[in-house]
Amino acid sequence: MHPFRYARPDSLAEAVRLLDEHGPRAQIIAGGTDLVIGLRDRTIEPDVVIDLKRIPDLAPRIRLVDGRLSISAGTVMSDIESDAAIAEHFLALAESAAVVGSVQIRNRATLAGNICNASPAADTAPPLLVHRAEVVAFGPDGTRRIPICEFFVRSRQTTLRRGELVTAVELPLPAVRTGDSYVRLTRRRGTDLASITMGCAVDASGTTLLAYGSVGPKPLLFSDDSGVLADAAVPDEAKTPILETMLAEASPSARSVRASPEYRLAMLRVLAVRALHSALRRRDGGQAR
Amino acid sequence: MSERTSIDVRLNGRPRQLDVIVHHTLLEVLRDQLGLTGSKECCVVGECGACTVIVDGRTVNSCLMLAVEADGHDIRTVEGLARGGELDELQQAFLDKGATQCGFCIPGQLMSAEALLERNADPTVDEIHEALAGNLCRCAGYEQITDAVLAAAEARRR
Repeated sequence: MHPFRYARPDSLAEAVRLLDEHGPRAQIIAGGTDLVIGLRDRTIEPDVVIDLKRIPDLAPRIRLVDGRLSISAGTVMSDIESDAAIAEHFLALAESAAVVGSVQIRNRATLAGNICNASPAADTAPPLLVHRAEVVAFGPDGTRRIPICEFFVRSRQTTLRRGELVTAVELPLPAVRTGDSYVRLTRRRGTDLASITMGCAVDASGTTLLAYGSVGPKPLLFSDDSGVLADAAVPDEAKTPILETMLAEASPSARSVRASPEYRLAMLRVLAVRALHSALRRRDGGQAR
Repeated sequence: MSERTSIDVRLNGRPRQLDVIVHHTLLEVLRDQLGLTGSKECCVVGECGACTVIVDGRTVNSCLMLAVEADGHDIRTVEGLARGGELDELQQAFLDKGATQCGFCIPGQLMSAEALLERNADPTVDEIHEALAGNLCRCAGYEQITDAVLAAAEARRR
């Protein structure tokens, strides 16, 4: 294991001071399910590891505030998959949290850590994109809200600035009736990293959001306002050209061990249709949500 | 550089003060410092579950948790299951159902099953599969392990 100094600040201000002081030589630990692996195989060699779990502002908490659902940075996947408000309003996020790793991983891994790690295959990323999430960041210059579609850069790289940390992820409650879904492609049932991640949200005003990951350096979000995708009566053949436009930016790596680019691109289309149908059923299905 | 710190934990019901190196995992401290070798080191990436322990009622991979993160928390390991020298229902059910073959994964399987039964006294087969999905068994004794968890749940409800 790479040796490091350990800091456990009890306030946001102290955490930010440490982050700002050490810059790239500091690593945050929340759940540690990615970080400890990196420390052990020395792909990550920080001088100092900053543990955020004693900061009261970041303690696990899911609550409704001013028309938004706020998920604090300390909230773990197990909390998200079992939360009633998330199941009611943001089912895609609940579905994605429920398939991250195993129970042991979900009991430690935080939502904030999942997005800060910025893996292109992060399960929660497509749902957060279609839920129009905002990342609340706190740093030397105070609080800043970053739309999730402007947060990811590439694996392990986000648009957080030096000294900034994520304090919460917030989801606006949908203004009109919405159906949403998350589907993924894995090599086997059970614990696996996804070869494709796909989120979809369809609302009653005719807007369809589609987000996908694991097929390029970062997860991507696309919107269709034509009403064609959002119309359950329109046959799939008429939807295909629009979906093709939305899927055109997928650029899967040829070096991945999980699936070939050809297979990923073929399955991407299958998953997009599957996610869209599921979202439409939930929007229109009454009890189905 | 080996920074050390003192942590207070509750370990298998007993308060303990431990002096730990901050870059040691909980698993390393349990096995190498305290001699609690029931929890196993295997994949060290959080896939196999052989190192599973219960922290504040929830299972975790102790190979992915720093010992210093356990400060102030309640830790239970497989060594804490038996009471007064008697196997508990879950351990007995694993023996009765032949769920223990080579035995290496069993401490982790037991802790995942224990945490499941504490929050769900009457789990379905699917719920057992999901709760134990993070515990691999190379002997592939999954059927017997599932049978054992069902039997233990029934024994505890009686």
